[in-house]
This record gives sequence, structure tokens and C-alpha cells, in this order.
Amino acid sequence: MSSRAEILALLRENARYSAEDMARQTDLDPADVEDVIAELEADGVIAGYQAVLNYSKLDDERVRALVELNVTLDRETSYADIAERLAKFPEVEGLRLVSGDYDFDMEVEGDSMSEVSRFISEKVAPVPEITQTVTHYVMESYKERGIEFGDGDDDDRLSVSP
Amino acid sequence: MQVSDRVESVPPSGIRRFFELAEEMDDLISLGVGEPDFSAPWSARDAAIASLERGETSYTANRGKRELREAIAAHQSRKYGLEYDPDDEIIVTTGASEGLDLAMRALVDPGDTVAVAQPSYVSYVPGVKFAGGEPLPVPTRAEDEFKLTRAVLEDAGAQEADALVYCYPNNPTGATMTGEELREVAAFCREHDLIVLADEIYAALTYEHDHTSIATLPGMRERTVVFNGFSKAYAMTGLRLGYAMGPAEAIGAMNRVHQYTMLSAPTTAQHAALDALENCDDDVADMRDQYDRRRNFVLSRFAEMGIECFEASGAFYAFPECPADDSQAFAEELIQEKKVAVVPGDVFGAGGSGHLRVSYATGLDDLKTALNRIEEYIS
Repeated sequence: MSSRAEILALLRENARYSAEDMARQTDLDPADVEDVIAELEADGVIAGYQAVLNYSKLDDERVRALVELNVTLDRETSYADIAERLAKFPEVEGLRLVSGDYDFDMEVEGDSMSEVSRFISEKVAPVPEITQTVTHYVMESYKERGIEFGDGDDDDRLSVSP
Repeated sequence: MQVSDRVESVPPSGIRRFFELAEEMDDLISLGVGEPDFSAPWSARDAAIASLERGETSYTANRGKRELREAIAAHQSRKYGLEYDPDDEIIVTTGASEGLDLAMRALVDPGDTVAVAQPSYVSYVPGVKFAGGEPLPVPTRAEDEFKLTRAVLEDAGAQEADALVYCYPNNPTGATMTGEELREVAAFCREHDLIVLADEIYAALTYEHDHTSIATLPGMRERTVVFNGFSKAYAMTGLRLGYAMGPAEAIGAMNRVHQYTMLSAPTTAQHAALDALENCDDDVADMRDQYDRRRNFVLSRFAEMGIECFEASGAFYAFPECPADDSQAFAEELIQEKKVAVVPGDVFGAGGSGHLRVSYATGLDDLKTALNRIEEYIS
């Protein structure tokens, strides 16, 4: 594996590893690790760092919805144009063009169901190219970004074994 | 009730005492565990569950399910260039441990000498004794990075032995051997007509070079039984599934003992194993990569602490020199003072004293904390 790929694998596992600990795991110098990370950031490969939250454990639980969007294109308007317009809203947490029955898969977040509903009806649905929206409120999340929620597996191995 | 002399002659494993000490401690971080910290890949577990739902709870053929033996043959051919006939050259066993026991009982006569490369997994010497054989310890040396060489075999008198048992990648040292290094061992075994019992349970976990099986070297297939299994590579220790591969007469003899004792390896585990071979290459690669990173971490921390440790290149163990003279006492105190468990090397037989087995089959956070505690303890 190249050092770029190794550092990426480590950051995807735990973005809070210190440069020293990453260096120890990859046999690189801490300074080289910093350089690789800086390069990945400059190249835009790493677009940011965020915590993976289990919202159900928060006192103020956020409301999230997955929204299917259908659009019509014309000579002047591309998918990218519509996407750019939608992505600018801070309520939009994720936006992907997908294959299948609908065009965009949009993830929206807000403080309440009414806030999210209002956002969809007042800001998204009126966009002229959007022909249909189907909103799915998230009721429960079991796994986010590869991390399973739950109590986790206890280490039930014998404490010392041959 | 009177216990047999044969069993009386085999003391309980030295690991037992450390296990008991460790069990008494709260908040202990154990680097003394000889099995993966991962669970078996979900795909394999799911296949096992599905087989139970279908009601597949009967015995299988003595030698194991035919599809599983075929999959093992294909896997071993693809990965290591080993060619065995699923009909009569492969037997599926209840862990590689059962396979080793079968081989001892099927191939060793009372009074036969079995050379045991050490430090080694704790079961080989008792296995030889239970079969009525005489174990001959062959201590490997720290200066050889615990590899088996012609010199250590000759020094131990292994030329007089009838068989040799060894394990590379090695538990407890993490040592591996290249094909080139194995050539010298192979030549020795041909010259002195030794049977080789090659425990390759850690074959999938090498970090510097690919694993070579001694059975692929000229003139070795006919005198070698190879042992492998699912415990280490696929993190399936508790499913108890291994296999042995060798010439038909050896596997046939082992199967005769197996027929009368085990009958067949656990059926549910065989379903998991078949799925593991078909679908879990990526899981194994991912676990291997994680072990490799932890290995680098551990070796680099030991270097920072000034603890001598050769570059272990396989399994999930490092085998540093013990910073104190008495490794047993050091390991005991480390548990009591710092709540970190490691296993003193002498537990694994000749050549192990003065060293510690440090298992990195532990998540990085715990590994880091445990190594910090060791550093505090020695400074």
C-alpha cells in the first residue's frame, strides 16, 4: 500500500489518530504523515473531518429525512445546476445523483419535523425543475458511516491463552 | 481415582498460572491472548446460522463435507501452490489441534522421537507424550530470529529423531521462514528421513513475505503433513475447525483415529468455513492489514523504550527481550502493578526464557495504553 493509501485507511478508521500514532503504525516519520495529510487536503481528497453521531443518544434529537427528488432537465439546466442550487441550503446534509426510479437522493436535517417539512415544501418543491419529492423521515438509525450503533461486542476471550 | 501415568507425566500448562492471576484483576489489559480480537466475518456467521435454520445438524462424512474439502484444496492450491486430492489427502478436523493429535497418534510409535522446534505452542510436547513418543526440544535462537536452522537441529540431535514438528509463522515469537530458509530444513529432514508435521495455522498472517509451505519443496510432499484451519485467519477459534493435508496413507491413518474419536468435525462450523473460503478474502486482508499496523506500532514503541525486539513478521505476536532477568517474575509483577498481562517466554519451552510474548490481537487504544503502562513500569 502507498503511504497515501495507508494514511487514508487509518483516517477512515479513526480521524483522531495523532500523527505520531499513525507514524508508528505505518513505519513513517510523523513529519511525513503530516505532509501526506496536507497533500490529501490540498488535493481535495479529504474534504473535511466530522464526528459520527448517534442522534438517539442526544437530548435534543435532530430530525433527519431522506428525500427522493425527480427532476426534468432542459437545454439550459443540467443535473449539476440543480445540485448546486440545492446543496447551498444548510439544511441539506447530503446530496447524490443516483440511478433508478428517481434522480437525486437528498439528506435533510432540522430541529423538528415541521421545520424539515417546511423546508421541503417551501424551498425544494418550488424549484421549477423538480417535478416530484418523496420524503422519508428517519425513524431509527442502526449504522452510520460503517459504525454500528448498539452496546458493542464485549471482549469475552480468556484473558490469557496459549 | 488413579490417573494414568501418561497423563501424570504431563504437567498443566505454565500459562494457567498467568490466566488465574489475570482473572483476579479488574481493568486488566491483556496482551496475553492467543486468539484474534475480531469476530468471525459476518458472512461466515450468517452461513452458519442459515445452515441451522435449514436443520443441517447431522454428522458429516468423517473427513468433512465434500464441498468443503474441495474448497480447501482449491484455496491451498491458489494461495500456496499446495496440491492435495480432496478425496483422500485432506481431512477436516476439530481445530488444527485435533489434526496434530491425530497425526501424533497415527504416525508416532511408542519410543519414537519427535523433535519439537521451540519456543512453541504449548500442545506439541504433551501431544507427543500422549502418543507414547519421546519429545526432543529443539531450541531456536534469538540471534537467528527464532528460525529453524540446520545448526540448531544438529545441536539438538534431531538427526536421530523420527519426526519434526514446527509452526511458522510462529506462536509465540512471530517469526516466519522464507522458502529459501526452509530449504535447509527440508534437506536436513530428507537426509535423516524425518517426517515433518508443519503447523501452518498462521500462514495467512505474514507481513514481510508470502508464506511458503515446506511441502512444496522437492522431496517433501511425501514426508509432510500440513496443518491449517480457520481459527486465526478467519477469527473462528471458537468454531473449532481445522484441517490436515498429506499423503493418502497418513491422512487415511489419521482418519481412522478420527472415526473412532471425533466422528466428524462440527457441522455448523463446516458451513461457516465453506462460506469463509468462498466469500471472506477481503475480511482476511482487512484483519491482516490491521494486525500489520499494530505490529508496526508495537515494534516502534519497544524501540522507543529501548526494549530489544527482533522484527517479528508473522502471526500476531512480538517476542521482545524481557527488561528484567526473571521473565516469570516480571510478568507477574506487571499484572499486579500495572494490570497488563503478557506471557513469559519460558512457558513455550526451550529457547523462550528471557523473552515475553506480547500479543497484538488487541485494539489499538488498549494496545497503546498497555504499552504506556509497560513503559512506566520499566522506567
